[in-house]
Amino acid sequence: MFADTLQGPSVDWFAMSPLLVLLGGALVLLLVASLTPPWPKRWYAIFAAKCAIGAGVLSLLLWHQIDKEGATTLVGGALVLDKPAVWIAITICVAVFLCALVTDDYLRREGIDGPELYALYLLAAVGGVVMAAANDLIVLFLGLEILSIALYVMAASHRKRSESQESGIKYFVLGGFSSAFFLYGVALIYGGAGSTNFNKIVAVLEPTTGSDRTNDALVLAGIALLLVGLAFKVAAVPFHFWTPDVYQGAPTPVTAFMASAGKAAAFGAMLRVLLEALPNWSDDYRPAVWMIALLTLVGGSVMAVVQTNVKRMLAFSSVSHAGFILVGVEAAAHRPGAPMGGDGVSSVLMYLMIYSVLVIGTFAVVTAVGRTGDAATDLAGFRGLAKHKPTLALAMTVLLLAQAGVPLTSGFIAKFGVITAAVDVHSYAIAIAAMVSAVIAAFVYLRIMVSMWITDEEASDAAREEVRVPALLWVAIGASVAFTLAVGFFPGWLINITP
Amino acid sequence: MTEFPILTLLVLTPAIGAALVALASKRHPDLVKITALGSSVLTGGFSLWVLFAFEKGNAGFQFTSQHAWIRPWGISWHLGIDGISLFLVVLTGILFPLVIVGIDSHSKSMADQKRYLSWMLLLEAGVMGSFISLDLFLFFVFFEIVLVPMYFLIGGWGYEKRVYAATKFFLFTMVGSAFMLVGIIATAILAKADDGRVTFDLIKIAENADFAASTGRWLFFAFAIAFAVKVPLFPLHTWLPDAHTQAPTGGSVILAAVLLKMGTYGLLRFGIYLFPEAAVWSRPLFFTLATVGILWGAIAATMQKDLKRVVAYSSVAHLGFIVLGTFALTTTAVTGGVMQNINHGLSTGALFILVGMIYERRHTRQIAELKGLQKVAPIFAGVFMIVMLSSIGVPGLNGFVGEFMVLIGSFATARWWVTVAAAGVILAALYLLWAYQRVFHGEPDEANKDFAELKWKEASLLLPIIGLIVFTGVYPKPMLDRIEPSVKAFIEHVEQHSDYQQPAPSEPVLEVGEG
Repeated sequence: MFADTLQGPSVDWFAMSPLLVLLGGALVLLLVASLTPPWPKRWYAIFAAKCAIGAGVLSLLLWHQIDKEGATTLVGGALVLDKPAVWIAITICVAVFLCALVTDDYLRREGIDGPELYALYLLAAVGGVVMAAANDLIVLFLGLEILSIALYVMAASHRKRSESQESGIKYFVLGGFSSAFFLYGVALIYGGAGSTNFNKIVAVLEPTTGSDRTNDALVLAGIALLLVGLAFKVAAVPFHFWTPDVYQGAPTPVTAFMASAGKAAAFGAMLRVLLEALPNWSDDYRPAVWMIALLTLVGGSVMAVVQTNVKRMLAFSSVSHAGFILVGVEAAAHRPGAPMGGDGVSSVLMYLMIYSVLVIGTFAVVTAVGRTGDAATDLAGFRGLAKHKPTLALAMTVLLLAQAGVPLTSGFIAKFGVITAAVDVHSYAIAIAAMVSAVIAAFVYLRIMVSMWITDEEASDAAREEVRVPALLWVAIGASVAFTLAVGFFPGWLINITP
Repeated sequence: MTEFPILTLLVLTPAIGAALVALASKRHPDLVKITALGSSVLTGGFSLWVLFAFEKGNAGFQFTSQHAWIRPWGISWHLGIDGISLFLVVLTGILFPLVIVGIDSHSKSMADQKRYLSWMLLLEAGVMGSFISLDLFLFFVFFEIVLVPMYFLIGGWGYEKRVYAATKFFLFTMVGSAFMLVGIIATAILAKADDGRVTFDLIKIAENADFAASTGRWLFFAFAIAFAVKVPLFPLHTWLPDAHTQAPTGGSVILAAVLLKMGTYGLLRFGIYLFPEAAVWSRPLFFTLATVGILWGAIAATMQKDLKRVVAYSSVAHLGFIVLGTFALTTTAVTGGVMQNINHGLSTGALFILVGMIYERRHTRQIAELKGLQKVAPIFAGVFMIVMLSSIGVPGLNGFVGEFMVLIGSFATARWWVTVAAAGVILAALYLLWAYQRVFHGEPDEANKDFAELKWKEASLLLPIIGLIVFTGVYPKPMLDRIEPSVKAFIEHVEQHSDYQQPAPSEPVLEVGEG
């Protein structure tokens, strides 16, 4: 009888297939694994990695379809299927794939092997993909919550380490706050526009159609609150305070996932909200984005300098990277009319892809060097790495140089793209601030390199646990180094395919 | 028919050598050394080939090769060489094999030795690339990539405060590069062709772009900061004494002889060439900084207790002369400046080698602890004397030719600065001769009594350098013949793109003599 009153939207199942694969993978993993005896070594990881590959391949097919048929909306205008959405979906799939490889041996080393973390990766990926493809503020919030709640649990998932528990709680409490900010922002925008659907918001708030701008205050306040919520998710200063503690406390592979997939999803959502829903307000929020970008760049790199723990250093460095991406967002906000296609947007998308691979590789090395219990993640833990594991030290050096933005690595291409986008819209000041803060951040990476290559070992170091690099971890590190160098030397193809 | 890609090989040979050395097995030390030496000698051979095949009267770029690299951004692998870069390439090609074979890195193990050689070769590839790139992006890539091997060379094989010095070097240079990168991107975007396509090609931008005066000045300064740090120009020079003093001998030699030249070369090739109007407008500033640098470097050198720091500060003074000549923008002065790049590379490189030898014998560089070396090692002292005189700029040796041309050429456009800067010549004699006197004269005390004489191996390392010092000092014509046409074309380019006119050359003096 509901069939008459509730008209369900038509669903293009193929267009949703990556989401369904990720979701189905998570559910199957949880259900089957809880009913069967523990799976053989590596099976959980390989299953999750295969789901990620499957979703990634389907995304590529969708990419091809968009090439031919153009972008569409799905499920009654709740989701949108366009290239940026698919790009972020692919980025997230890559992140899940690499993180699954990193996690495998980590869990066994720590004695907490099981399917839960992998299922959470897949679930979080679902949330991330939804966020980046949302065409409605409520749908976006759903995605945000799916991602966030999965991340809270993942951060706390190392039951034997109190730091992990602590980081989970911290992230949960602060994240709850930020979600509340975001939701309140959604409510205010709804109050101002009468809808949460992006297209309707744009139509109602179109200045030329003479809509009453009396709701200005409401919408502006809504924008401010949305920005707070999103800035928290991307770890932008001054909403970054959770980052160092959570990154340090969480299991290292989870940290890698947060810094890659989490950041990609959050920036995808930010682009959606700012450019798709509120393009007519870009003059109002652009200065705020500019200021946040500046604070994030400088704050992230300066605070990274005073750290002694490598995970905290990388946490602040990821804050600084967020600042770089915000420079791209700011550039994109200069041309909000261009339908998700200005230079700013493509520079942001490229940065996200490059940084995701880079940061997972870096944290993969930290996973190995951290040894059992993530106990040796301070600078001293890296002492003498070049002597005992020269290849690992070399891989880390390449990844760190890429993070510093040295030419012939992907990191340089990413930075170059963002700076080009900024210069193209005459945002010179922020471009220079970004490059100078990159120099400050470079000092941090140099410290890690000094520890690996130059600092002499101390007598007590001999008693340390040996650094082990199992096969799957090698695959993850090798893949990310290969990608870093390939993009660094021949970036043309990546630039060409970035939407 | 495509030409033989000789310039591409200049970059790739050492780069491939570096990779091979890094991959070679530790168990075959000879193989590692032969690979390293072989690829650097081969590169040196290529550079000599370029020298001999170089067409003398041709002012334009020769041996050019261009291939698309990053098409969507309009970036290409564009290499070329002219009289301004020719001798820098040759100097690089000659010095690296000498340093690789002649200077002991004091590596702790074979793995260490391998890394040292690998970094050296990578450094050579980067330096070569910077001197022959004709694409802004490509140049930046090389300019920046050089930091990495140099950082590791100083940090890994240097002296006590090596990490501090290496980090300071890296960060100082990178700050400059930060501005330059934004400048490069802005230049390319503002110079966008009418069809909206971005290009990073140096020649295209320099010929076609017409920047508004204020824009050009901003862009010029974005470039100039990077180069001023690299040169280094006063007051951005503070990284240099630390880096030089802490670097291993091989690193110091390369740093002084070729790395600093990337700054002076960059100012000329990229700064002034792209933004002539801004360069002409900002001349008083650069004259002043160069002159202050000359005097400051000289005075600071006089006060140093460490022999290596004396040489390091003398570099600041010498590079000041080069910058002065570069911005004087007369054919004579710029030619002198270009030549002085090479002269300084030879003489200061040799001085660092000699100081390194003293350190190896005495394990100190403190002037106060050295005494009377001339008595026990007269040949060593003699060699030191020749190199030092070249650095001072005594007629008959190479330093004189370049310095004299700079001073005489700059007189027309920078009269008062030259008047002050000329005092630097005298100060150079003062600090170097005084250092020489304290180290070599007198009766050797107990510690210096057994100072060893110059060995054959050491002599064979220094002999080619001294040969070049004397040859260019006595007969600079072949060198000038190749530099001058390019410099002339360069000055014409500046005159066309700004309201600057070179004062009539000082030839009348010669004509009076003839009449």
